[in-house]
Parts: sequence; structure tokens; C-alpha cells
Amino acid sequence: MTVSLQWRQVQAVAAKEFRDRLRNRWVLAVAVVFTVFSLLITYFGSAAQGQIGPRSIELTIASLVSLVIYLIPLIALLLGFDAIVGERERGSLDLLLALPITRLELLLGKYLGLAGALTLSTVSGFALVALLLYQRFSWAGLYHYAGFVLSSVLLGLAFLSLAVLLSVLARDRTRASGLAIALWFALVLVFDLLLLGLLVATGGQFGGESVAYLLLLNPADIFRILNVFSLDDVQRLYGLASILPPALSQVGWLASAMLAWIVAPLALASWRFRP
Amino acid sequence: MTSISAEALHLEGVTKPYGSRRAALLALDNVSLRVPRGQLFGLIGHNGAGKSTLFKLVLGLITPSQGRIQVNGCAVNGPDFRTTRRALGYLPENLVLYDNLTGLETLRFFARLKGAPQTQCAALLDRVGLTRAGGRAVREYSKGMRQRLGFAQALLGDPQLLLLDEPTTGLDPSAIRDFYDQLDLLRSQGVTLVISSHILAELQQRVDALAMLSNGRVCAQGSVQALRERSRMPLVFQLRAAPTWLQTLVTELPGQLAGAEIALQQREPDLLELRCPREHKMRVLAWLANAELSDLQIHEPSLEDVYFGLREAP
Repeated sequence: MTVSLQWRQVQAVAAKEFRDRLRNRWVLAVAVVFTVFSLLITYFGSAAQGQIGPRSIELTIASLVSLVIYLIPLIALLLGFDAIVGERERGSLDLLLALPITRLELLLGKYLGLAGALTLSTVSGFALVALLLYQRFSWAGLYHYAGFVLSSVLLGLAFLSLAVLLSVLARDRTRASGLAIALWFALVLVFDLLLLGLLVATGGQFGGESVAYLLLLNPADIFRILNVFSLDDVQRLYGLASILPPALSQVGWLASAMLAWIVAPLALASWRFRP
Repeated sequence: MTSISAEALHLEGVTKPYGSRRAALLALDNVSLRVPRGQLFGLIGHNGAGKSTLFKLVLGLITPSQGRIQVNGCAVNGPDFRTTRRALGYLPENLVLYDNLTGLETLRFFARLKGAPQTQCAALLDRVGLTRAGGRAVREYSKGMRQRLGFAQALLGDPQLLLLDEPTTGLDPSAIRDFYDQLDLLRSQGVTLVISSHILAELQQRVDALAMLSNGRVCAQGSVQALRERSRMPLVFQLRAAPTWLQTLVTELPGQLAGAEIALQQREPDLLELRCPREHKMRVLAWLANAELSDLQIHEPSLEDVYFGLREAP
């Protein structure tokens, strides 16, 4: 079947998904969660060092990264796992697919609508801290912070893409939610441990520098490198500059890898989602 | 829209296994159907006979393992995908709408996807009697209201072919009558309607033609009358007369109708039931003209009888 893509159809689905999340207060709830956590971290992140309030932009971002890297993948997976399998299980999918809409249009519409909701809640959730940093450090600080927010959004979009893929693959909602949690566990918690274990177990003999490239296999790690390792302060703090291969310190490469993590699962989902 | 085939719907040798491709069980087995334009076409069969599978195949939701399907002369998932789909209206068996949307929003959403004018939504709500409920969330709708909203959804974009899968299940009798009035109106406008049901009595007065599905096969196809004749189910005469007269009838009838396969059964002291093949109808009537009956009723075999008759036929 070769039917050209009509954006009108994609938009109709996306608009409904987006409006649904606004209406059921999903966007509001997530934005509030991000606001509360980010303010707490910004204010009390350095309380252990006997200080209250943002100490430096870079350390604030480093603390926020550790929040975002757990929270955003989880939120994105929970947002997206239901997208297709939910309609299938409830029985509304047949009615949708009987309309003059292609499966690709439906999939893209679902993704873009959810992506809009996720982006809106992420950006508005981090807005208050931006204001705070602006008061304290003026424009200079906001440049890095904007980079952090943008990369958070991309991280969310990558996991949302994975969630939509699960939603196409899974036979029912229960399986899809199980897979989503398992994926979160694997990529956010287990992956780094395994990599570290591999390095230590082989005494650093295995692969050498190229092991670092394995980090690209995990969008959460790409996000971490983008934020933590690209901040001079933090690099010095952790002494990381020496261990990262040069390609991984190029924002362009990392951003491309992240975009690949957005596009590839969606492409796979669209290939699997057929009659 | 121009097309080669005169049929609104044309299936040829369509086969579809259950579930995975290699499964041995067939949901549809070599099904061929022709539905001319402007007909009210019934599709009957017990649950699991393959009615819903057939609809899904026609809609292109699933693909047949063998055979061809054409809607208005076009393959449903072919290059004319959008035109074909726009000309189709579908009311699924288990209708599920979005609970969080209002009736009007539901229609607006489907209208956008179908390329139907937004102005049609209010008119359709009115047509199915939901104008006042249009601003309420579908969550609050009764089963009947949902079904009506689903029907309005199927009518978006003025489709030429409507596929209605068990549309009257769960509706009360007056709603069913209203529903069929709507169908008659649509048919008078030239819309082709394919309606499935397992309630045979409901369809027999209303359809132009029908197909009977059993275990994934079409076991009969044609007008109700043609199926009656084909099924060779007997006519039933109910004779009411004084008990003494009935005794005379019972003793004399077999002799009078020699050569005909008749069956007699005394239901009540004054009620006798006579079953005989259709071709002897006039002979029986001629003989009964002289009998002193207080009442006579002749029952054509119902669609139900025909259905079971044909299903059991080899």
C-alpha cells in the first residue's frame, strides 16, 4: 500500500491526544512534579555543603540531571505504552483504522500529540528554576540551562518513541506496561552497572576506549554525557575529560545519536504496525 | 465515482484463517458474495460464523490469505485507499467511543479524519436524536445513546456503503424500529447497507437479500423467498375446528393428499397442525375449502427454520 502521508490526518490525531492530556490534567500534574523537584534540588542540592540556594549553574544542572535521568524516562514510558495497545484492547482501534487514515498517520499523530504534552509539561516544569537562575546569574547562566532543558525534552522524546514501539509490539496493556517498566529498569538502572562491571571484570582490557561508545546505545547515557561531561566545571570535578573519546564530547554527534533514538523506534513501530 | 463493477461490494473466494497465517482453522472459507448497489443486504449466522471477520476484511483491517475484495469496484487498501474509505461507513459490533469526549466532539473528531464537513456533525446528532445530549460526555451515555452516536459516526461524509455489525444488540424494541426506519430512508437515497445479525426474525421482513454464514462458509445466498424455496422447509397449516370435525380430518386427510409428504399433529382438542411441502399448498387449500373450519392460518417457514434447514443440508 503506497498512500502518501497527509498531515491533516496526523494533526487531527495529534490534536486529540494533546487535548486529552491537557484535559485530564496530565500535563499539569507532571509540570507540578517537575517544578517542585527542580526547586527543591536547586535550593537544597548543596545543603550538605552548608549552603542554601543555587551555588553555580553547572552544579545545579548536575544535580538536576540526576533527577531527570530517572524521572523523565519513566514518565515518557508511562505516557506512551498505552498509545496503540490501549486503543486495540478497548476496541476503538478498528473504528479508527476503518477511516481514511493510514497506520503511519495514526502512529505519528499519537506520537506527536503525546510528544507535545510531554514537551509542554517538561518545559513549564523547569521554567521556575530558569527564572531563579536568571535572577541570580543573569543571561550567562541560562545558556547552559536551556541546553539542559532541551536535552531533557529530547530524552523524553526518545523514551516516548520506545514506549510507542512497545505499544505496537505488546499483545495487551498488561504486557505493555510490564515491558515499559522492564525497559526503564534496563536502560536507567542496569545498563551502566553492566558496562562498569564489564570494564572492571576485564581489568580495562576489553575494547579499551571504544567501550565508551557503547554509551551511545542508551539514550539515558547520551543525556548524561550531553549535560554532565560537557560542563567544564563538572568535568574537572569528576576528572572525566581524560576518559571520554573526542567524538563523545561533540554536542553535534551526541544530538544526532539522540535523534536516532527518537526516529529509529518509531520507524520500527511503523514497520511492525501493519494489517 | 466511476467504477467497473456494478456491485457495491464484491468478494471472490475470500479465505482467512484464525489468528496466525498457518492456523488450520478458517474464520472464512472461500467466501464469495455480491451485493448490488442500493440493497439492504443481510448477513446472518450464529456467533463465530465469521460475520465480523468478513466486515474487517472488507474494511481492510485484516487481509485475506486468498481471494479478492472490491468496494465500489476498488480494492480497499489499493491506491484509491482514501476515496474508498470515505465511501464507507462502519458501525462495529462492540462499539467503543472515547468516554472523555462529548457527543459533538466525538463526531467532530471522526469528521476531521473522514474529511466530512464539520457542519454535518450537528445535523447528524439531530438525525439520531442526540442534539440535547451532544454537549455531554459520552461516559454518561446509555448503551442506546452510544449506539446512536456510533450510527451518526458511520453516516459522516454520506457514505455509499454502510457496514453495520450487529447494530441492534442491546437496543429496546422501539429503538430498533427507529433504527430500521433510518435504514429504509438511507436505502431510498441509494445507499447500500450490509447488516449482520444473529436475530433472524429481525431481518426477514426488511432485507432485499441475504447470505447465511456458517462456520466461515456461505451456506446460502439470495432473497428470503428464494431461500425459503431452496430450503424445502414445509408450510404449516393451522386448522381450527370442532373436535369431532378434526377427527374426521385426521382420518381422511392422508388419503386425500396421497403422494404428498404430510405430517399431522393435534396441538389442542380443536387445533390441528398440518405440515406439507410448498408444492402441495393449492391442493391442500382446495380440499380445505369444503371443510367446516372455524379458522385457518398458514405459516411460511421463518428465516430461523430456513437457516437451520440449510445449515443441516449437506
